[in-house]
Amino acid sequence: MKLKVISGICLLLAAFLYSCQSEDELEFSRYYSAGNVIYQNKCQNCHGKNGEGLSALIPPLTDSVYLKAHKDSLSCYVKYGLKGKIALANKTFEGEMPANDLAPIEIAEVLTFVTNSFGNKMGTITSQHVGDDLQKCK
Amino acid sequence: MMKKLIGAAVIILLWNACKFNEQKTLPIAGNRDVVTKTADGKTVTDTVYQTIPAFKFVNQYGDSITNKNLDGNIYVADFFFTTCPSICPVMHRNMLTVYNAFKDAADVKIISHTIDPSHDSVAVLKKYADKLGIAGNKWWLLQGKKEDTYKLAASYLVSSPQVDAKEKYIHDGYFILIDKQKRIRGQYDGTVPEQVTKLIEDIKTLKAEPDQTTAK
Ligand code: HEC
Repeated sequence: MKLKVISGICLLLAAFLYSCQSEDELEFSRYYSAGNVIYQNKCQNCHGKNGEGLSALIPPLTDSVYLKAHKDSLSCYVKYGLKGKIALANKTFEGEMPANDLAPIEIAEVLTFVTNSFGNKMGTITSQHVGDDLQKCK
Repeated sequence: MMKKLIGAAVIILLWNACKFNEQKTLPIAGNRDVVTKTADGKTVTDTVYQTIPAFKFVNQYGDSITNKNLDGNIYVADFFFTTCPSICPVMHRNMLTVYNAFKDAADVKIISHTIDPSHDSVAVLKKYADKLGIAGNKWWLLQGKKEDTYKLAASYLVSSPQVDAKEKYIHDGYFILIDKQKRIRGQYDGTVPEQVTKLIEDIKTLKAEPDQTTAK
């Protein structure tokens, strides 16, 4: 009985907190959780469960400085792949990342996940932002 | 009530402690034959287990490697290719764990056969090894004639690789554990960390088996 009351109160409290979240935060959580699933399916095999990469073969996704500096190119990397020498996390990499057949919204979701996980904190990357960036891919 | 529970717990604990003393051994996989022969006028039956046949490949240093180079070793084998976009990075991330666990074990080796020898030349394999961060002779990346590798895959009980438009090849992500008698002692999904943990435990068990410690 007591347990029921307590869990009832908790539920109410949770619902209350949830509705208190701002629209932005809700959008962020939607992007983030959808992005988590895409990450597991499309990126985790190479970049690892914790974004750790693989030795000098595949770069980690933990270098916030690199990610911030290339924020406007990340969509292009995901959509069209990436090849050639890059330097991050105190190493150089010369690998090849394959292209991904993802819609702009999915790219936005996975990038929101990546840039707010593994020690990164860059906020929501919206589907609008991705759409704009994709126009400028080289 | 409480007393009974504690009593039960003690019994279970003791029971497990007893089991702990039993010598654990791994099963032997693959086909087996029972042969009967006559020795000293008596008929004896013997079980002959499937073993990995002879092979000859080249490793990442350009050295020729045959089954003889693995004599006296327990080894783990897998099949991969350096440009594999899907499961290979996961497999080799996990294989690195095995590599590190047995870095100092003189009688444990790892061999990875490339299924794409036309791309994965010795130079490409060496570069891959360097980038993966492996050195020395613990882990060999082997390349040779495609038919030889594919035929060998069958003896490891893994399916023959299939050509695929998108992925280039589809192949099994198994790690296969071979003992010093070249018998198959276990197969593990190299893409699943828990299975790889089990492999590491099983190698330790295998290393302690009497006919492994005495084998040359
Ligand atoms: C087949 C393996 C593979 C897959 C799958 C893959 N990547 Fe990559 N990724 C790479 C490699 C290799 C590089 C480095 C390319 C180079 O050296 O130019 C890279 C580079 C990157 C970079 C820039 C460098 C860094 O580490 O910050 C980002 C960002 C990135 N990948 C994100 C993703 C995302 C998001 C996904 C999933 C949609 C993904 N990758 C899927 C292999 C992969």
